[in-house]
Amino acid sequence: MKILILGAGRVGESVAESLVSEQNDITVIDTNPQRLAALQDRLDLRGVVGNATQPSVLREAGAEDVDMLIACAPLDETNLVACKIAHDIFNIPTRIARVRSPEFINSSPIMGKEGFAVDEVICPEESLTTYIRKLIQYPEALQVLEFSQKRVSLIAVRAVQGGPLVDHVISELPQLVPDVPMRIVAIYRRDLMGLDRQVVCDGATRINPGDEVFVLAGNEHIRRVLDAMRLRDEPVKRVIIAGGGRVGLRLARHIAGSVQVKIIEADKRRCEYLTTQLPESALVLHGDSTDEDLLEAENVAETDLFLALTSDDEDNIMSCLLAKRMGAHRVLALINRRAYADLVQGQGTQIDIAVSPSQAVIGELLAHVRRGDVAAVYSLRRGASEALEAVVRGDRKSSKVVGRRIEQIALPAGAEIGAIVREVQVGESKTRTEVIIPHHDTVIETNDHVIVFVPRKRMVRQVEKLFQVGAMFF
Amino acid sequence: MRLNSPLLAVAALVGRLVALFGVLMGVPLLFAVGRRDPAEDAFIIGIAITLLAGGGVTLLTRRMRRELQPRDGFVLVALTWVVLPAFGAIPLLLGVPGLSVTDAYFEAMSGFTATGATVLTGLDGLPLSINVWRCFLQLIGGLGIVVLAVAILPLLGVGGAQLYKTEMTGPMKDAKLTPRIAETARGLWLVYAIGCLACFFAYRWAGMSWDDAFMHMCTTMSLAGFSSHDASFGYWDSPLIEGVAVFFMMLAGVSFALYFLAWQRRSFQPIWRNTEARAFVLVIAASVALISVYIWVEGHYDTYAEAFRHTVFHVVSIATTTGYASQDYAQWPLFAPLLMVLLGCFASCGGSTGGGIKMMRMLLLLKQSQRELVRIVHPNVVNPVVIGGQAVDARTMQNVIAFMMMYGASLVGLTMVLLFSGLDVVTAFTAVIACVNNIGPGLGDVGPAVNYGGLTDFQTWVLTFGMVLGRLELLSLLVLFTPQFWRR
Repeated sequence: MKILILGAGRVGESVAESLVSEQNDITVIDTNPQRLAALQDRLDLRGVVGNATQPSVLREAGAEDVDMLIACAPLDETNLVACKIAHDIFNIPTRIARVRSPEFINSSPIMGKEGFAVDEVICPEESLTTYIRKLIQYPEALQVLEFSQKRVSLIAVRAVQGGPLVDHVISELPQLVPDVPMRIVAIYRRDLMGLDRQVVCDGATRINPGDEVFVLAGNEHIRRVLDAMRLRDEPVKRVIIAGGGRVGLRLARHIAGSVQVKIIEADKRRCEYLTTQLPESALVLHGDSTDEDLLEAENVAETDLFLALTSDDEDNIMSCLLAKRMGAHRVLALINRRAYADLVQGQGTQIDIAVSPSQAVIGELLAHVRRGDVAAVYSLRRGASEALEAVVRGDRKSSKVVGRRIEQIALPAGAEIGAIVREVQVGESKTRTEVIIPHHDTVIETNDHVIVFVPRKRMVRQVEKLFQVGAMFF
Repeated sequence: MRLNSPLLAVAALVGRLVALFGVLMGVPLLFAVGRRDPAEDAFIIGIAITLLAGGGVTLLTRRMRRELQPRDGFVLVALTWVVLPAFGAIPLLLGVPGLSVTDAYFEAMSGFTATGATVLTGLDGLPLSINVWRCFLQLIGGLGIVVLAVAILPLLGVGGAQLYKTEMTGPMKDAKLTPRIAETARGLWLVYAIGCLACFFAYRWAGMSWDDAFMHMCTTMSLAGFSSHDASFGYWDSPLIEGVAVFFMMLAGVSFALYFLAWQRRSFQPIWRNTEARAFVLVIAASVALISVYIWVEGHYDTYAEAFRHTVFHVVSIATTTGYASQDYAQWPLFAPLLMVLLGCFASCGGSTGGGIKMMRMLLLLKQSQRELVRIVHPNVVNPVVIGGQAVDARTMQNVIAFMMMYGASLVGLTMVLLFSGLDVVTAFTAVIACVNNIGPGLGDVGPAVNYGGLTDFQTWVLTFGMVLGRLELLSLLVLFTPQFWRR
């Protein structure tokens, strides 16, 4: 696929990095030649220097035969105008824009063909906020990702001594937690070298304390899945947010009603702005999030969740470490650099959850890049693995999966079909949607939504091919 | 050595390149088999050794592939350019009676670097396949075998870009033509191949035999200059053939990237508008005008038409670093051949198959000097070097200046070495210029009427080094001689 990316900023760079490894032809446009040169040295892509809202620059970048435009320049205006030009002048089929302002949403007519002609609005801040809100809702989870209109979730959880399933093998699962249909799709365990390795998942695999377990289950069962892996935590009541930037503000707005929120922000004027934007129950504090006196005074020891959401990786890590040391129950850091994230997250380290902002948004983009009919994609483990929801099309002849039992499907080793969402006919004209946790002999039908866990990114292509309809279909 | 040593990863890739080279050796073998000429065995043995060596190294190191670091790229390219001529020399050694190892390697290197300096006499009497191989080597080396490998072997992603930059010529190589480096490399080779095909039929149409058309196509498009005849183009003495040669030499003297761009955009604008290409044409046209009048006035030819014909052919041939000759132009008044050799130092464009400093660097230096002069008058002036509407950044300028410095030092240094070994000044100086710039014939004892066969082994090795130094544009090779490079 030929893809044009506007903006070689943080988002643009990680989007480019994740797409270039999938054999896409990437061209990046930016006004800063140094950034482009650095990017070109690191990745096999082409950089074009210029202002992406000018047709001549887009033409130079080959916009005439590009399949997709991903506009993630720093300014919303640039992105919107670029999408408009891409549609009106170059007829680029798919146009995705990063828009920070909450006032332009996907469904609004201004985004239609007559307006800015944006097919899909992505907003990293929004994705991050959703992600963190899930963690407030389920404090035991590392990650909760929803599929198929919130019917199924993929839950990442660290197993802890005391959970009913911990220290048992997977085949004992039905006896230990009856009536909770779930499928363990992957287990990651830290080896002696301190690296996380995927453990083979079959009936005989034992869940050890400290394992990072990925489980697929119906949405109504999330609570019980978590209970099976670890003892229940206290619900989150007190939250400190370090950094009142775009993400901090958005999140505070959402959660201020239900939990007690304190925001620490270093910039005085930003603090004043925050107070005007937030309900009175939220407390805005002016100060440095790495200032231990401030944390002490604000009673960080009693905090259920400490969120470091500034734009500075090092500040986030340090303030998290500090908060954890001072007694915060759980700490979460926003970390852009992948190396840092790998370094600080996990068993034995002090930071409970490291969130990569760029990874949060990539999933949304990947769903458009995938071939075949893919409804949702999530990038997991900082881009190393992926969970995707594929819609099964075609019939027994044209598709490689329809009418086959799970065991007959040639999935790459380690990849696993964890759940199937199926419309079931009830009575004359009514249908009911059912979540099926498949067994080896479950037969796949047309129009099933199949949720597949892919442990390595390079297997994605194989999985994609599997769900693509053959030429016979047409 | 550690198992994941970068040098082993480099060796693994060189192994593949050697194997690819062995396959390409099949081309002269086809000619040998077709004509049942005596060099058939030489090629069979050569191919066997090359494939065995390449395949063996590839097999032994098959587990040692890893992402190349930029510095590994330099080692890879340098190693390739030293090792492949050695394999290329095997058929020459076996197929040409009485050829020493030194001379065989020189001849192969001269072919591979598209220089066109030869040690052989009696070319017309050599087996056809040997001549085909000499010329075909130039075709491969002209645009670069590493670039070819990046294009056709699914070699490397990012590493490929580094290799491409190391082997392609010219000061500004950052502008990719397509998103993927493999596609850029493929595009350039495609343009090159189309040019070759056109050149092939044009020669045939102008009156060459099929064999000669093939061989001269190889050496014209690569701006290299080997011929299958001792008399070179003097063998035909045909204005038409010379015209065809001039046309295609001029064509190959311009950056192949421009043709690719023109093709992509379906427009000739990128070529017309290009400052470098314009300067190239202008400089050559002006030199032709000057020299043709000069030698006519000097009375070397009877009519102006005759003087013009020979001037056009030789000026283009030497300025583009090809090195064909149809006359002994060394007999012209010294000003003319010397000017031609000087043109050869810089006239061809970056990204073409020609050698030397490249027109782009010359333009940059001229503009830089102009800028300094303006600055003396207006100390506060802001005037960056602008080429084609784009300001050239200071990094590139420094690189060009360092290049020029090292270029000058190399010329002087190598000339001194040759003088020390006993050559006369004109021969030593022009031989170094002709080799470092990949032109071919020099003046004096290595002039168009004689060749490099008369040099001692030592002198031959010095010039062999000069050729590869020039082809890899100095910096890419000299970086290997810095201690910092090897400190990991």
